[in-house]
Amino acid sequence: MAEGIPILEMKRINKVFPGVRALSDVDFRLFRGEVHAIMGQNGAGKSTLVKVLTGVYGHDSGDMILEGRPIRPGSPLAAQKLGISTVYQEVNLCPNLSVAENIFVGRQPMKMGRIDWKELNRKAEEALKRLNVVIDVTRILSSYSIAIQQMVAIVRVLDISSKILILDEPTSSLDETEVEQLFKVIRKLRDDGLAILFITHFLDQTYRISDRITILKNGEFIGEYKTDALPKLELIAKMLGKELSEFSFATTRDERKNEGAKAARDAKNVLQVKELGLRGSIAPFNVDLSEGDVLGLAGLLGSGRTEMARLIFGIDGANQGEVFVKGKKTSINSPRSAMMAGMGFCSEDRKSEGIFAELTVRENIVLALQGRQGSLQYIPKNRQMEIADELIKSLAIKTPSANNTAGQLSGGNQQKLMLARWLATNPIILILDEPTRGIDVGAKLEIMELILNLSRQGMGVIFISSEFEEVVRCSTRIAVLKDKAKIAELGGDEMNETNIMHTIAGGKYA
Amino acid sequence: MRWLKSLGRVKIVWPLVALGILLLFNLFFTPNFFHVEVKAGHFYGNLIDILKNAAPIMLLAIGLTLVIATHGIDISVGSVVAVSAGVVAMLLGGDLGGHARYPLAVAMIAALLVSSAAGMWNGMLVSRIGMQPIIATLILFVAGRGIAMVTTNAMVIWLYVKPFALLGQGYLFGLPFSLYIVAALLLLTFLVTRRTAVGLFIEAVGINPTATRFAGINARNIIFWVYTFSGFCAGVSGLIVASTVMSADGNNAGNLYELDAILAVVLGGTSLNGGKFYLLGSMVGALIIQTLTTTIYAFNVAPEISQVVKAMVVWGVSLLQSQDFRSRLAAMFSRREASA
Repeated sequence: MAEGIPILEMKRINKVFPGVRALSDVDFRLFRGEVHAIMGQNGAGKSTLVKVLTGVYGHDSGDMILEGRPIRPGSPLAAQKLGISTVYQEVNLCPNLSVAENIFVGRQPMKMGRIDWKELNRKAEEALKRLNVVIDVTRILSSYSIAIQQMVAIVRVLDISSKILILDEPTSSLDETEVEQLFKVIRKLRDDGLAILFITHFLDQTYRISDRITILKNGEFIGEYKTDALPKLELIAKMLGKELSEFSFATTRDERKNEGAKAARDAKNVLQVKELGLRGSIAPFNVDLSEGDVLGLAGLLGSGRTEMARLIFGIDGANQGEVFVKGKKTSINSPRSAMMAGMGFCSEDRKSEGIFAELTVRENIVLALQGRQGSLQYIPKNRQMEIADELIKSLAIKTPSANNTAGQLSGGNQQKLMLARWLATNPIILILDEPTRGIDVGAKLEIMELILNLSRQGMGVIFISSEFEEVVRCSTRIAVLKDKAKIAELGGDEMNETNIMHTIAGGKYA
Repeated sequence: MRWLKSLGRVKIVWPLVALGILLLFNLFFTPNFFHVEVKAGHFYGNLIDILKNAAPIMLLAIGLTLVIATHGIDISVGSVVAVSAGVVAMLLGGDLGGHARYPLAVAMIAALLVSSAAGMWNGMLVSRIGMQPIIATLILFVAGRGIAMVTTNAMVIWLYVKPFALLGQGYLFGLPFSLYIVAALLLLTFLVTRRTAVGLFIEAVGINPTATRFAGINARNIIFWVYTFSGFCAGVSGLIVASTVMSADGNNAGNLYELDAILAVVLGGTSLNGGKFYLLGSMVGALIIQTLTTTIYAFNVAPEISQVVKAMVVWGVSLLQSQDFRSRLAAMFSRREASA
């Protein structure tokens, strides 16, 4: 990682969209043999910068210099010809073609007017082997994990050209072992001298893989740093544009432990789950949730967190076990029955399981309440308006009015909208599946603050997050899941990230 | 200009514009098109004919609007029209003296019950068994004709029960009686969907069925009842069809009505992708189709090309409905202005 001449330099890049200054005087450098991460909240200008670089957008002013020559790619294809390749978040390959076909589609080796299958497969195998990936290239792509598919996508673009590789959120649908697999490949490519631009929402991954970080905020260049010289908290502070001392979260953790202990003494039980299970989905588990409790569910992707939540909320029917709400045995066999018992559930998949994009914010908010009251007890429009306005205000949902459609809101605000829907029903138990996923850091903090406030008001909360840090911050107790089973429960001083990881790895608390 | 722009965002405006253009065309090119006279105590003329002839399709479109709003489709309505007509004819009997085999009320209620049951069958297939709506309703689309043939013994039954003629041929306060039936059903549907939460739930199901279920709403029940209602509407439509011609023909009653009704709903601004629905828009859509048919007749367009003319107009109206098309058109014009 010699501090030589950068392979790519972007200087004082400006880009204005109608009404928005997306980039103002942004600088960016990329070196050979280096992984460079661009960090920033949603709307900071990360994707605009990348789109300027890959020729999707033209820029208004500024210079781009690749290997000493000024460039101005007019299209993604032109950028690729210059040696700038991009692998997008959603793999753009054909799932029903073989791995080898996917790599060479459009430029198959030919022999006497026919495709030379032997040569094709051999070359594909070779290309993958260079990344230390050994798989059967004749099998169809969809039979492999998303991680392998990502690597196939990388091999495909690398084969065309290989000066700069841009990875746009490549890890968002990978689990931990797959991320490590992918990182191995990235490190190998870096050591071979490729310049890699890495975009991710995950702070941890940034620190594990990147050598250098450029921070953007509101379209402005904040700074370029060596990763090992930039502590994580400082990075967050710079992304948010706040001073470190402004973080209330540094202190909440110890308070939470005390609160948790206090709550356990005199709070009434709101939810008790006994040996609830569904074959093939999740092994039987117990849950004890009292007023003001926040039970964190920690585990890797696919560990059974979501399955547990779905079973409690009646989305999947359990084939054994009992549920008691406020001490009373309750039969939960549908989301409706769960709602009637006083539960609320925010799904991890906002788009397809939560938000009604074409309905107004008001309609999105009153839907569950109206559902509980039945279709004939119509809530009058002005009352709906009152309910919506009140929740918009108390959750600080950013929308011009309650009559705008929900699809226009940003991810974080849609998440709050789902919360608002359930808060309108005044639930006693709230289940939140990954409420902080895919939203920017500021919105994450707001959501977590909300969870704390709700629990202080006596609501029982079940909180799921992939980021152990968040689980530790918010929870009064933590259930650890692994391989579709609840394997331990941590409380009090045991609650920290290290213990969670040890538990999952099969250490002390297993 | 601003009020014009915000007017353009109101869904009902575009079908009305299309209808207006059609009428305007007739004003200039069809002599006496707007001529209405009073004959034997009731109004008479092209416009009245259009309203009267559109009634069966309007009734179907009311039910179909709700079905389509749930992201469904019901292609069996035309066949259910025939079933309804067949049942009422079977129960009234073809007695030349005008003597009804069963009381008129019994026959009509029975026809509506059978039609609603047909809707329930569709609703069950879609909501409980999870069949694709077009396949589920295809079953009755085919079988319905068979059932209708059974009720009429595969013949055309002629009806002579005088009071029954009121539905399709009678007049009240100078206007066709069938229009009052349409108005009543429309008003009822409007009240039930817009003055209760039923409309919101229907739209929610159409936009996102999973999220609807997760919000604690029984999405299956909503879908079931919407198809049932569509069957009921087809039943009412069948009574009017039978009354208009005072006969029941299992083969031809309501033939291809489902296509006109679906078209009416789409012309009215309700998307086949489900979600927001516009009952009044569907009514205007039905009137567009009927006005078009009448216009083509009035012009003596040769039958072999009349379908083509109809298709062209429908194509144009569909484009006019599309927000995307309109903004592209607007962009094209403003560019031309800028360069001029």
